[in-house]
Amino acid sequence: MTLVQRGRWVTVIALLLLGGVYVRALVFTPEERLQGLAQKIYYVHVPSSWSAMLAMGLLGLASILFLFLKDPRYDRFAAASAEVGTAFSLVMLTTGPLWAKPIWGTWWTWDARLTLTLMMFFMFVGYLVLRGAVTDPALRARYSAVLGICGLVLLPFIHLSVYLFRTLHPMPIVLKPSAPSAPPAMVITLLSSFAVFTLLYVGFVMQRYALGEASNDA
Amino acid sequence: MLSARDVSHAYGSLRALDGITFTLDRGQTLAIFGPNGAGKTTLLKVLAGLIHPRHGTVQLAGGRRAIGWIGHQSQLYGPLTVVENLLFWASLYDVPAAERRTRADELIGRLGLGGQAQQQARTLSRGQAQRAAIARALVHDPSVLLLDEPFTGLDRVAAEELRRLLGELAAAGRATVLVTHNVEEGTELASDIAFMRAGRFVAFGPRAGRDAVSLAASYREAVGGG
Amino acid sequence: MADLVRHAWLVARKDLYLEFRSRTAITSALVFTALVLVVFEHGRDPTAVATIDLAPSILWVTFSFAGMLTLNRAFNAELENQALDGLLLAPISRTSLFWGKLVANLAFVAVVQITGLLLFTLFFNVPVWRVWAPLVAVMILATVGFIAVGTLFSAMVVRTRFAELMLPVLLLPFLLPPLIAAVEATVKLLGGRPLSEISGWLRLLAAYDVTFVTLATLLFPATVTE
Repeated sequence: MTLVQRGRWVTVIALLLLGGVYVRALVFTPEERLQGLAQKIYYVHVPSSWSAMLAMGLLGLASILFLFLKDPRYDRFAAASAEVGTAFSLVMLTTGPLWAKPIWGTWWTWDARLTLTLMMFFMFVGYLVLRGAVTDPALRARYSAVLGICGLVLLPFIHLSVYLFRTLHPMPIVLKPSAPSAPPAMVITLLSSFAVFTLLYVGFVMQRYALGEASNDA
Repeated sequence: MLSARDVSHAYGSLRALDGITFTLDRGQTLAIFGPNGAGKTTLLKVLAGLIHPRHGTVQLAGGRRAIGWIGHQSQLYGPLTVVENLLFWASLYDVPAAERRTRADELIGRLGLGGQAQQQARTLSRGQAQRAAIARALVHDPSVLLLDEPFTGLDRVAAEELRRLLGELAAAGRATVLVTHNVEEGTELASDIAFMRAGRFVAFGPRAGRDAVSLAASYREAVGGG
Repeated sequence: MADLVRHAWLVARKDLYLEFRSRTAITSALVFTALVLVVFEHGRDPTAVATIDLAPSILWVTFSFAGMLTLNRAFNAELENQALDGLLLAPISRTSLFWGKLVANLAFVAVVQITGLLLFTLFFNVPVWRVWAPLVAVMILATVGFIAVGTLFSAMVVRTRFAELMLPVLLLPFLLPPLIAAVEATVKLLGGRPLSEISGWLRLLAAYDVTFVTLATLLFPATVTE
């Protein structure tokens, strides 16, 4: 089986599991007392932000590895990860306001986490724009690796600066060090959605990587 | 003076250089002929240390400081005068401050740029710019010359003059590598000849007195079309 | 280390001299700065928003735009006749080259910022003189790291299509942390708050500078050498 086929299977399985997670979320998971049905979007929003961050982290890591080892496979992986990360960022950025409107009463606020994720989205886009503007594959790989590493280092600074600036985002209550304060059923649903989105990321990246392999034999 | 041993370079599955090996002594000139994309410029950049090859080694007596590079771009700063350009490059090569001026003046005289010395580089004609570029490349008295299509864009008279100058430099004991796609341009300067295709030397050896016409036939045979 | 600094200074001095010759970049940056300040003044309703409330944002948005404008200059001159290849061939380290470019860029930005600050004081009647020393410290801290990243990126984008547009797209996320910190600190300074209230922001800026000057220095060779 080729890589793209395997990637397709992983994606299909992940999508089926995603359906399963949503059945569980809607039917078997208790409704949040204050937020009601709107809270159900957590099971897409939170894991897609996880996948986007995973994509950014692995993009940065692949960039570092590329500069040290000069192996084009890392570059191809970084490119795949950036595209998939862009998609997940978009999901996160659209589901966020959908939830925020009924709960916060506004589509968007310049809260720390929102700014951070928006900037992450812009960095993905900037990364892809740069790749599109360089034709020589060797040059493109080095340039995008440099940008990828800078982006990874920048994220904590953006986080810190916007955090000092202002925040009103709900704090993570599932994974905080003390005992989770959410009901166990909710926690399990959320954690399984994390697993499913990670699998989705893997499936997408496998397909995208295979495409890159086919399109430039460089 | 300059040697390459089994130099190979690749990006992914794209082979740019494949097992290049040669040695060049004082006074020798190696002319490398090949079509565009054969890896000629990549090889020069590897020799100059601008590209680290995946495999193989390059040995150069004197290191980067010993290299004089003449390409089809002049590497001059347009807003600076010819003299200022030469003085800047001399300072980068740590030519002693007291010698920079005399070295620059000498090269300007030798290359017939006396009238243009105080002119901004951007106002020079193509031929003048090429001569200024040669002066720039020689300002630190390099012992190895790397020439990347140096005849491109020169008219017949200027090309002839450049050939004469390169001949003089080789006679004065420099080692020269010249790459070009035009067999007619470099043949008479060369002591050694290589034909290059797809990153490899498909033919390599002393010129042994052959002229451009007979070489052109061998070239077509070895490289194809060309 | 002495060589490193000396070579960096040679490169920076050459850049400053080039700019002094043509004066295009610095003139446009200064006119641009003045224009942005004028546009800001007329882009607000004086009865609704007091100058003092808007002043820090005006100052820093102006500085950011002007800073980005000067960055495009740094490697353009190097590509005109491929002089960059000459610099890479010269016996100077990549670090010297990068630092030279960075120092020249910082000098440009400093000229633009000082002029901008004077114009700002003149146009907006803000009591800058009372806090000039800490304000200059904030300006320096907020500029160094950002210009380091900008210098690194400008070395890459000059070889891409749409270079002038590409640079802001890549650079704006990197502007955010220093911009937030600088604006917050300036608000406190102009509001007459004690210095202790901005020490957190200053520390953030210093950390940003150290991190990105180091990172850009380490990554620069990858943008120019294969």
